[in-house]
Amino acid sequence: MINTNDILQTIQMIDHQHLDIRTITMGISLLDCCDPDPHAACRKIYDKITTSAEKLVKTGEDIEAEFGIPIVNKRISVTPIALVAGASRTTDYVPFAAAMDKAAKAVGVNFIGGFSALVQKGMTEGDKKLIAAIPEALAVTDVVCSSVNVGSTKAGINMDAVALMGRTIKSAAERTADRGGFGCAKLVVFCNAVEDNPFMAGAFHGVGEAERVINVGVSGPGVVHHALQSVKGQPFDVVAETIKKTAFQVTRMGQLVAREASARLGVPFGIVDLSLAPTPAVGDSVARILEEMGLEVCGAHGTTAALALLNDAVKKGGVMASSSVGGLSGAFIPVSEDEGMIAAAQSGALTLDKLEAMTCVCSVGLDMIAVPGDTSAATLSAIIADEAAIGMVNQKTTAVRIIPAPGKQVGDIVEFGGLLGSAPVMPCHTGSAEEFVARGGRIPAPMHSLKN
Amino acid sequence: MRAIVTVIGRDQVGIIAAVCALLSEKNVNVLDISQTVLQEYFTMIMLVDASQATVPFARLREDLAEAGKERGLDVRVQREDIFDAMHRI
Repeated sequence: MINTNDILQTIQMIDHQHLDIRTITMGISLLDCCDPDPHAACRKIYDKITTSAEKLVKTGEDIEAEFGIPIVNKRISVTPIALVAGASRTTDYVPFAAAMDKAAKAVGVNFIGGFSALVQKGMTEGDKKLIAAIPEALAVTDVVCSSVNVGSTKAGINMDAVALMGRTIKSAAERTADRGGFGCAKLVVFCNAVEDNPFMAGAFHGVGEAERVINVGVSGPGVVHHALQSVKGQPFDVVAETIKKTAFQVTRMGQLVAREASARLGVPFGIVDLSLAPTPAVGDSVARILEEMGLEVCGAHGTTAALALLNDAVKKGGVMASSSVGGLSGAFIPVSEDEGMIAAAQSGALTLDKLEAMTCVCSVGLDMIAVPGDTSAATLSAIIADEAAIGMVNQKTTAVRIIPAPGKQVGDIVEFGGLLGSAPVMPCHTGSAEEFVARGGRIPAPMHSLKN
Repeated sequence: MRAIVTVIGRDQVGIIAAVCALLSEKNVNVLDISQTVLQEYFTMIMLVDASQATVPFARLREDLAEAGKERGLDVRVQREDIFDAMHRI
């Protein structure tokens, strides 16, 4: 029989350290739903999603009961809608989002991602119509998430799209002003977006993927934090090794659940994404892990190095545990969703500039950050451009999920509730980037993109 | 299907008897038992075979938790695979 201590350790992790499967996400290709008639296309989308994911929630709940491991979210990602809707004779893409929303609610998932466009090199007519529909689509739907990829290491940065996304974020916030600009919490602007990410709001089902696929996202900042408490004061080699071992255990659990879900649903297993995804609950924070390494507060000098070590050790533990580690795998740093980050931002210790530096070494980018409501579209675009540049040059995924909270000033708090938490409004630089953003065109791909 | 039953709580008369009676009632076979008492805290771990159980796994889980609650014990059942996956290479 398995060692008693091992069994008790697992139970401790689940009960007291917030170990959970963060999401089982079913990726569904909608490429066969194209139709010149937009109504027919929407009907096909609804039918395909509801038949494919009919048993997803029930299966998740069954696995949860048998293994005694919480599965927090069941979600769906679909083919970027710009590719599907592009075939339809219509200028209004909002009904496509409505169809996704209706289908997601019918099968009981809590988010559906893929109201997306990939425009890193240029925009098709379909891409333009999709981006134009984003503010309205996010306002009239509840569970639809949207993402736009504006740059890549191979293609460079599409600055026309960057300018457009600044304005889109601004209008998504205004369109949902009654809810603190909630629409922006469901909108991600990417550079180097990945096709198999199971986490929201940036999940979509890439065109290189199969008809259907099961991707699983595991989390466990609390488990890592707890493990590090036992190696206080020891050298970083020990810290890295401890994180690796913990990440290994967590990923193995994810792999088990992913294979089980895949077998029961008859859908191929895609990847396990081991991402330390914090929640607003105390004891489930990435910031507190960084502080455990010896920093007084997250945001102090040393934070970037601590995060670099954490992100790398998580990946190494994960790779050993599963041959199919994918998605974003690493450490997320969403401000509003992390109790320690919220505290650090409120005290002024954590600034937008430090967060930008941290995105060079974390798994994604500037995430769930609220800025004053009067921040200009050009400033938002410039923030996106900076972040995309980091991603492009470092060949990593970066993203911006920023909320210019309507009517809010620095020091205010925007409440989103649930896993999205509450965001302290943070100051951004006030120097104008109007002329910079107005140039448009494309920032060429870096030298090291020419590998062939 | 093999599963692990864990019972954690304050030590008292009849814990093993009560859990075993419930398992036997549902036709769940006990394969191995280990138990320790640490500072009045009782920890019992049982390896069981639930493949011939007369009730679905989810129901077994609820019944065990319910029976534990009456005695102030935390009783749970989880498939063995999860512990294997996390602790064995």
